[in-house]
Amino acid sequence: MNNHPHQPSNRSEDRQNLLLLLKDAQRRSGYLSDQLMRELAESVGVTCSEIYGVGTFYSFLSTRPQGRNIIRACKSLPCCLKDSHLVISSIEGAIGIRAGEITPDGRFSFELVNCIGACDSAPAILVNNDLYTELTPRKISQILKEYD
Amino acid sequence: MPEQRVVLKNCGIIDPGQIATYLAADGFKALKKARDVGQEQVIQTIKDSGLRGRGGAGFPCGVKWEMAKDAPGDNKYVICNADEGEVGTFKDRHILSNDPFSLIEGMAIACYAIGARKGYIYLRAEYHYLYDRLLESINQVCEAGFLDGLNIDVYEGAGAYVCGEESALMDSIEGKRGEVRYRPPFPPTKGLWGKPTIINNVETLMNIPWIILHGAEWFCEIGTERSKGTKVFSVSGDVTKPGVYEMVLGSQLRELVEGLAGARAVKAIQVGGATGRIVPHDMMDTPLTFETLLGAGAITVFDETRDIVDIVRQTLEFLAEESCGKCSPCREGTEVMVGILGRFTRGEGSAHDIAAMERLSQAMMLSALCGLGQAAPNPVLDSLQYFRGEYDSRVKG
Repeated sequence: MNNHPHQPSNRSEDRQNLLLLLKDAQRRSGYLSDQLMRELAESVGVTCSEIYGVGTFYSFLSTRPQGRNIIRACKSLPCCLKDSHLVISSIEGAIGIRAGEITPDGRFSFELVNCIGACDSAPAILVNNDLYTELTPRKISQILKEYD
Repeated sequence: MPEQRVVLKNCGIIDPGQIATYLAADGFKALKKARDVGQEQVIQTIKDSGLRGRGGAGFPCGVKWEMAKDAPGDNKYVICNADEGEVGTFKDRHILSNDPFSLIEGMAIACYAIGARKGYIYLRAEYHYLYDRLLESINQVCEAGFLDGLNIDVYEGAGAYVCGEESALMDSIEGKRGEVRYRPPFPPTKGLWGKPTIINNVETLMNIPWIILHGAEWFCEIGTERSKGTKVFSVSGDVTKPGVYEMVLGSQLRELVEGLAGARAVKAIQVGGATGRIVPHDMMDTPLTFETLLGAGAITVFDETRDIVDIVRQTLEFLAEESCGKCSPCREGTEVMVGILGRFTRGEGSAHDIAAMERLSQAMMLSALCGLGQAAPNPVLDSLQYFRGEYDSRVKG
């Protein structure tokens, strides 16, 4: 992370680190707001559309507010074959929202994502950076209790 | 042909958190040997071994290295592609979790061979739980004095399947959208930041230390004429023993799927993930080689209860979502196919739809910019060839 983003001499280096800067900004602010992206565009010396382009390309970056904890349930084939739809509906039941939404208290966002590389112990989900595998609907509420 | 452990030799044997256990298993002897014999000899050995890239494309590894070594310039890069995003693939997760040191040694040898001072491990964001452990492994190697001024870093992606494609991966490290580049130029002459770069899959680099240590002849004795060595497979789906298996190249698909993973009543197998091939059960005697079936080694097994058309629809939905969007054959073609396949799964297909998918497939294979779009029609065409009845029965009549 560059400590002097406003010095022009560091701008090209900032441009090279744009993805890292965006990730860092998201870590601090929760998501990439329009204002944050505008400020970043100015300090790095690139257009807003370039920042927005990168910010919307990657599924782990978000230009919309996110919950404090992000549940990512795998929707790919190997998990489907192991009844991931039961796990998905169990999550929806436990937190009262559907995929793509945030709980009103901001505690969870829930997303359906592509293969997370745990097909040998499907079905699997990620909660933040923690991997949970061989899930059954009954395990879900116990797992989610761990996240405030 | 049997299972044989070359890539996975240390998995479950060494403690991935303790470099001492790797040193006790001949760790870093290959790096020392490489530095003793010199760059030319290292590259010659890799060329003689016939090692081909394990990420799916199967390009000869030594040739790639030689191009990068011969390319002019002082700044060169080695990138390990650990962006394992292909549906049904998890072998690299297994390798990174169990034997990070062989990978780091392989990268150090690659850096030495082409004259690079900087290496990146591009780790997919979904594997963030491996990030600290990988950094710790690199630190241990560094503190033990093996890196000799060489800098190896972990660069974490941010969730994009297409970044497993090498040119999109480089754009991602450069902080951009992970979009595919036009080629030529190819990475060994003009890659990361425009400098000579080699990009190798985790599994490819895992082979390097043992080839250097035991010689090209030893490696050549494993496998077939054009597919040398072993391949690590990720087996999942309708099997009793899903997991990671390493087999000699040329082994039969049946041996892996039924013999090792315990599949019964198989209807079809998807080999190579979303852009791979769909193989019907009566072709399970096919040998697994670069010339026949391989990809990155994802094996997803479907039993007799599964709906092939719906499997293909889900596969194309995935590809449509993950298309980087730069070229229209892929961006639009995958979307159109999802629409057509959706009609079939609802029993509303038409004979015209089948003809349209076949024509579109040809156009995509010829004109898409990268492997994603060129290979996206594979599941469509394979299912039409082997499971045509499942489409015909859903033509609205």
